[in-house]
Amino acid sequence: MNLAVSNTTLIFAVLLVFVALAIGYREKLGMNKDIIIGVIRAIVQLIVVGYLLKYVFHVNNVWLTLVLMLIIIFNAAYNASKRAAGIRHALPISLLAILSSTGLTLVVLVFSGSIKFIPAQMIPISGMIASNSMVAIGLCYRNMNTSFRDRRQQVLERLALGADLRLASIDIVRESIRTGMSPTIDSAKTVGIVSLPGMMSGLIFAGVDPVHAIKYQILVTFMLLSATSIGSVIACYLAYRQFFNEQKQLL
Amino acid sequence: MTLLELKDIGYQVADVTVLQQINLQVAEQDYITITGPSGSGKSTLLRIIAGLLTRTSGQLLLAGKEWADYDPILYRRQVSYAVQQPQLFGQTVADNLRFPFQIRQQNFDSKQATAALARVNLPVAYLDKPINDLSGGERQRVAILRHLLFPPQLLLLDEISTGLDNENKQILHQEIMRMNREKGVTILAVTHDNEEINGANRLVKIVAGRMEVGQ
Repeated sequence: MNLAVSNTTLIFAVLLVFVALAIGYREKLGMNKDIIIGVIRAIVQLIVVGYLLKYVFHVNNVWLTLVLMLIIIFNAAYNASKRAAGIRHALPISLLAILSSTGLTLVVLVFSGSIKFIPAQMIPISGMIASNSMVAIGLCYRNMNTSFRDRRQQVLERLALGADLRLASIDIVRESIRTGMSPTIDSAKTVGIVSLPGMMSGLIFAGVDPVHAIKYQILVTFMLLSATSIGSVIACYLAYRQFFNEQKQLL
Repeated sequence: MTLLELKDIGYQVADVTVLQQINLQVAEQDYITITGPSGSGKSTLLRIIAGLLTRTSGQLLLAGKEWADYDPILYRRQVSYAVQQPQLFGQTVADNLRFPFQIRQQNFDSKQATAALARVNLPVAYLDKPINDLSGGERQRVAILRHLLFPPQLLLLDEISTGLDNENKQILHQEIMRMNREKGVTILAVTHDNEEINGANRLVKIVAGRMEVGQ
């Protein structure tokens, strides 16, 4: 393996943080406190995760693996729901959307033999899927809030004509799903040309033949497309109803 | 027979009273106009009758049945509410005329749609016309057809002719009168237009959220 990040090299790499701090100071961005907190959090969180994963991989217990996966999914759902800015029941909706998107995608990956049900594969992959699903759902929520505000009149007129809630909001729902999925589709189009994404870069770093490494990246592209589409669809179809009350009036 | 009955309808938002003690009986095929200064609660009243807002007090009965006992969606197909500056849907005129069919899960009947267009002086070719190419008056004419393709029991008009030229007002007014006389559609119209007021059976005035009944 060609990996050579030692504690000493990391200390030298801290210089990079000072670059950010210097820019923040010179440009009076008022973010230096945030930068420092961010750096400390990153270091502490990653050290904890490093030891935790080492332990979990060593123990190799199915239940422990599942619990960790659920924690990842819950955290993703919690963070997605924070972007819902007032959409009712955002946490359970996000939880269902991320649980389904991560679960379904993982089932396909495991049953197709693409990954094995071992903690060293299940946990990182769950994290990748859940975090992409989280970002997609967050975008869906933001688009929904904006559209229901900007197009209030149009939704109201559709209701006034006797449309049900789905037909009154279908344009907004579709647009929100598109918004949620588009970053994944965009990055699928540019993968390899603009960026060498994490999975592939990691494998190449670890000395894997690039021709073999790209297969994993192709797999990641497929699974993220599935995860963001499932997550966006579930979140949007559950969330739009929250903009109406029981009398099917626009709130 | 009484189609619509309002009993002591009131509407309050936080501490602000928008409407109070509104009492009104509307007979089937009646044509009533509502006037009053802006901000007096006329549009709010129409929205309550349309089932788009819930009154905070009083009773709202359609054909003797309390509003709350209706399915809200089916109710709104019988009590259709048209606004002053409607937004058209989709890309073309056809997209808009298709909508009433779509919500009833029926196939689009282009013959019915073109016949409706003709009644508001729009040629058949307008079916495929992009909505962005329509004038203000044409937009309103297309918009009102969305409410009339399946004639409702009660049509609520919220200053639909405001800002339109005389020709457009005439065309709209004639079509609405026709719906009233031939299809038995009951009309409740908020308007400042004299011709509309003169064509109606009764005039109701709302001032500062209260009702004054005239001739």
